[in-house]
Amino acid sequence: MNFLKSIALTALVAAAPMVAATDAAAEGERYVLVSHAPDSDTWWNTIKNGIALAGQQVGAEVEYRNPPTGDIADMARIIEQAAASNPDGIITTLADFDVLAGPIRNAVDQGIDVIIMNTGTPEQAREVGALMYVGQPEYDAGYAAGLRAKGEGVTKFLCVNHAIQQPTVGERCRGYADGLGVELGDAMMDSGTDPAEIKNKVLAYLSANPDVDGILTLGPVSADPTIAALKENGMAGDIHFGTFDLGEEIVKAIKEDIIKWGIDQQPFLQAYMPVVILANWDRYGVLPGNNINSGPGFVTKAGLEKVEKYAGEFR
Amino acid sequence: MSDAPAADERVKEISRFRQALIRPELGGMVGTMAVFVLFFLFAYDSGMFAAQGVMNWSVVSAQFMIIAVGACLLMIAGEFDLSVGSMIGFAGMMIAVFGVVLAWPMWMAILITFAICLALGALNGWIVVRTGLPSFIVTLAFLFILRGFTIYIPQTIESKTIIGGIRDAAEGDWLGALFGGKIGTGFFQWLGDMGVIETFERGTRQGQPVVDGIPMLIVWAIMLIIFGHILLTRTRFGNWIFAAGGDPEAARNSGVPVNRVKILMFMFTAFCATVFATCQVMEFGSAGADRGLLKEFEAIIAVVIGGALLTGGYGSVLGAALGALIFGVVQQGLFFAGVESSLFRVFLGIILLAAVILNTYIRRIITGER
Repeated sequence: MNFLKSIALTALVAAAPMVAATDAAAEGERYVLVSHAPDSDTWWNTIKNGIALAGQQVGAEVEYRNPPTGDIADMARIIEQAAASNPDGIITTLADFDVLAGPIRNAVDQGIDVIIMNTGTPEQAREVGALMYVGQPEYDAGYAAGLRAKGEGVTKFLCVNHAIQQPTVGERCRGYADGLGVELGDAMMDSGTDPAEIKNKVLAYLSANPDVDGILTLGPVSADPTIAALKENGMAGDIHFGTFDLGEEIVKAIKEDIIKWGIDQQPFLQAYMPVVILANWDRYGVLPGNNINSGPGFVTKAGLEKVEKYAGEFR
Repeated sequence: MSDAPAADERVKEISRFRQALIRPELGGMVGTMAVFVLFFLFAYDSGMFAAQGVMNWSVVSAQFMIIAVGACLLMIAGEFDLSVGSMIGFAGMMIAVFGVVLAWPMWMAILITFAICLALGALNGWIVVRTGLPSFIVTLAFLFILRGFTIYIPQTIESKTIIGGIRDAAEGDWLGALFGGKIGTGFFQWLGDMGVIETFERGTRQGQPVVDGIPMLIVWAIMLIIFGHILLTRTRFGNWIFAAGGDPEAARNSGVPVNRVKILMFMFTAFCATVFATCQVMEFGSAGADRGLLKEFEAIIAVVIGGALLTGGYGSVLGAALGALIFGVVQQGLFFAGVESSLFRVFLGIILLAAVILNTYIRRIITGER
């Protein structure tokens, strides 16, 4: 029976990864970090490094979970799933309050400590009963960027948004506009994530709106093609250019005076701090009295050395 | 067959064992058993088989089942629908737009959304049967069209891509409760009081069981499976579905309204996607532009694991439901077993491949090809 053989094969492959997994169980507390990031988002690599290092240092078992396609409803299921496995703590983003508040609330009521990181606000964290919020308040960060850009002479801007389906990312554009004191209007561009498309959209927008004197990008995905676009139309270094997050190309552009500053929300801290805080809370009952703002930290040409060394790993 | 009164040399003798083997659900049944046994061995004490864990993978499986039933019938009728995932996002957004932005009563928003989505399903089917284009291409176009609208519409009217407030808008709505409510809450409270399932330790829900009822999502999944199974195996229309997918020309010649069957199946797929979307927005209270991404493939995977043939004309709703169950249990179970989540895709690919290989053997047994 040939196909009986393939059934046996199915069983065999089903068993293989699990055997390996059970060996990996370590002693100590178990913390699960749940993010909203799709697999394609490499920015979260720093987060993974952050929890891994923290777990190693405090001797706790840490796990990273995310919805493969970035679907927030799937993420809610992952939180429910994490809660059902009874970990000592859950660290999660609050990418959509409506969707995630219920599952998080249930986990808290079940007796699991929760820390909100990266996305969400301190108010929302309190509302779901989390211990604290660790991250960068996006609107405030955008506002700070807008204020700074205003001081540096920007009057009309373009915000290149490569993650239009994530409302919290768009908050940066809104904050920036308010910081500048101008209407957002059509200054926020839905650029998509394809580099060639982003580059050409930026070129088209700038040639159609010659009075734009400031650009804000929301991460490496939109920043890298925008750098290429500015090099092509000769506006590199000429136009005021700020960005969120860091990356190799961004660091290089800061060095070359194409980008004025990168706003670092320090993902490493967002992942590292919650693990350390939870471990100390579980072991000794000590807890910082406040939320932790991991950003905005402005990274300029001064002090790029460490950033360069650890970009994409811990920075 | 074997106990027919007089042996007829024209009827081939098939042993009961062999008969059992050629059922399309076989792969699904064996797979389901294998998966449960394995997870029971490797993740027994992880909370996966406690009330909360069971509810978790049941809900996820039920989601897959809802879209798999539609995809299964459509696939047996010989067509694909790649716009299922986009339709889920689109339908959810429509409910949010009508129910929250325009503030219509929720039941009206839901009914209008169903009407729009069924019309879109019919349009999908109509284009396919009229142009003779592969449904793969037509529905691929709709994948992008619907996703585009799902982002464009809220972006234009509300300048954001997630519209919340649906739970509040649906408060006390009779039709909303049919999608977002839970049944058996009293029974679960009793189980909690008896200590059969865990209860919340703190907060406003202290003393309530961690699982407080069966979500309507699961009820819908079961109803759709029963409906699909009966439709397919006990009615004349069911035979038409098989005929339309098996050999459309022969079916047409013998008077089967193939075009009508196909269009109706496209509409049924759209209906299933809309049920999924409605349950989702009722439970989570918001509609997002990125909902349902890649769900079309997950539906097809569940159907294929469940034994349906990609070429149409063969398959079963029960098989698809078992495929969805395997998919859900494996997806959630790997977490409980502590496996790195990126390995899930590897695992899924292997299961899919194994299922397809198994199905090929089954087809050869049936058709006698070598």
